[in-house]
Amino acid sequence: MLAQQFINAISLGGVYALFALGFTLTFGVLGIVNLAHGAVFMLGAYSALQAVILLRLPLTAAILAAIVITGAAGWLLDKLIFAPLRARDAPHLAPMIATIGLAICLNSSVEGFFGAQNLRFPVEALPTETLSLGGIRITWLELQIVLLAFVLMGILMWCLKQTRIGRALRGLAESPKAAALLGIDVEGLFRLTSVLASLLGGVAGVLIALYTNAVFPLMGQPMLHKGIAVVILGGMGDIRGALLGGFFLGFAEVFSVAYVGSTMRDAVAFGLLFAILLLRPDGLFGKAAQRRA
Amino acid sequence: MKLKQSILSAILGIGFLYGNVDAADIKIGIAAALTGNAAQYGLPIRKGFELAAGEINVRGGVNGNRLELIIEDEQGRKEEGINVFKKLIFQNKVMMLFGPTLSNSAQASDPVAQAAKTVVFGTSNTADGITSIGDYVFRNSVTERDILPITLKIAAQNTGLKKVAVIYGNDDIFTKSGYDNFKKALRDLKIPVATTETFAKGDVSFKPQLTNIRASNPDAVVLSALVAEGAPIMVQARQLGITLPFIGGNGMNSPRVFELAKGSSDNLWVGSPWSVESPAPENKRFIAAYLKAHGTMPDQFAAQAYDAMYIAAQALKTIKPTGKLEADRKALRDALPAMQWNGATGPFKFRQIVGRNGKPAGYDAVQTAIVMMTQANRYVIKN
Repeated sequence: MLAQQFINAISLGGVYALFALGFTLTFGVLGIVNLAHGAVFMLGAYSALQAVILLRLPLTAAILAAIVITGAAGWLLDKLIFAPLRARDAPHLAPMIATIGLAICLNSSVEGFFGAQNLRFPVEALPTETLSLGGIRITWLELQIVLLAFVLMGILMWCLKQTRIGRALRGLAESPKAAALLGIDVEGLFRLTSVLASLLGGVAGVLIALYTNAVFPLMGQPMLHKGIAVVILGGMGDIRGALLGGFFLGFAEVFSVAYVGSTMRDAVAFGLLFAILLLRPDGLFGKAAQRRA
Repeated sequence: MKLKQSILSAILGIGFLYGNVDAADIKIGIAAALTGNAAQYGLPIRKGFELAAGEINVRGGVNGNRLELIIEDEQGRKEEGINVFKKLIFQNKVMMLFGPTLSNSAQASDPVAQAAKTVVFGTSNTADGITSIGDYVFRNSVTERDILPITLKIAAQNTGLKKVAVIYGNDDIFTKSGYDNFKKALRDLKIPVATTETFAKGDVSFKPQLTNIRASNPDAVVLSALVAEGAPIMVQARQLGITLPFIGGNGMNSPRVFELAKGSSDNLWVGSPWSVESPAPENKRFIAAYLKAHGTMPDQFAAQAYDAMYIAAQALKTIKPTGKLEADRKALRDALPAMQWNGATGPFKFRQIVGRNGKPAGYDAVQTAIVMMTQANRYVIKN
């Protein structure tokens, strides 16, 4: 039983980490708490679902379709909302409030169009194989989600460390003004980040919808709440932190169900989270805000 | 959008031609959730009423008087339920009311009908405490309190279960009340509970709880959940190798389980007042007529509305209209409790319940639940 719970925790942690990656990227580079990330996540799931049902595409092609659509949504998000607010030097809260509005619009449009009820991917399209080893069971899909969370984190970290664009992004995160003075295309990079973060959210949406077997307009909402907790725990804007925070929450939830009882799950998991933030107010990987002056 | 429909369809036109020239219409108010989340229940309810009223009018109405349905959308919301009830009672001056769709709304709007001494007849309100509002409140919806013990008993007889594990959603009034009723029924039947687990709406993984359940080694899993969470729970249980029977409450009594838990939907036991598989001739006739009139298969909600209209029409037949609305409404109330009916949902009669003040109050349904088990994407009747 312990071994199975360990596997459950890893797979749930992978789900949370995958969602948190795009969310933390937007904060790290753009400095925006994007509360529409849950809606973009949902958009990814619906895009892939429609691609599978209407266009009869295989799952991999459907995931690509979701990437294209949520990537485009990210581009529009920056072009229509973030960029005009940046141009006006809007205070920090303005883009966050704007993303709440966007989330409501997206959720309501999808609800109006597809209805409020749960939808699911057709069984034929689902990878259903289960690996079984001495009573411990994990589905291929769970394994893929965990691996993908690690792979995406690796790619993101490598890009940020090693590539020109990555260096530019880090410079941008440090100080947009200084980056602009150094001849970096600040606006272009902001847009790129928004596209990247959104399509990461979209991919997470498809995979998690496959995992839970449930696609519905408000599917991003509970994920968003947990995602915020994960990102704060990991350290706002830190890629490794998102991954570690995701796994921390996954383990905390699963083991409180296993050893304390499921009614106490959220109390134990979020109590632990609170305790860690008391010890490390900036999160596990957060840097103290030393550059305020 | 306000949906107001006075039914003057071709069917009713025929009834009118053959009807008595002096015939007056009997106005029946219907408050149903036709838009919003509860519309998935409200729309089949309206279709059930329309079908029954159409049939009654074609056969000459009630003592030569046509039934005129005045249908209003209460949107599944309390405030709107109260508004619609007031409009139907005071403005449209209906003889009686059907509705509203949700128990939540009924709690708020039924007192309006009680105060105005107008019969309100619920066809889909299953929560406790609706009919205790007063003696003008009737329903033919069978409550979970009646259905769950029978479901458990039949499932236990068939599967030989000795102990069960329980899992329920503890952040939803409906699934929590289902759990309370299950708990009581398990105690009455002396079935021990190996472990009790909870989940919340929006949970991604139910595997930690299911792993606990697997370790507690039960013979069946009792599940109080809506199908949105219940279906993934069944899928994930099968992934963990839990092949045990599931015993579900009313929330799991939906054909959508075959879609949402496709491939993992077998061996789920549910109780229901109505089944598409029920072989009674009244039910066969209802299904065929509904399919012809609406082009879709009926569900439990349509069947209960259909039967309710016939029960009310039968009571209306026994009273002599005086032309005075208050007197006629009272006469209808006095006639209704004695009505018995054998319709799509099987043999039916009323049972008066005791209200909050200890005095006799409204009327609940006395009806045998049909217990079904899922097998290869179908319900199989087991009692």
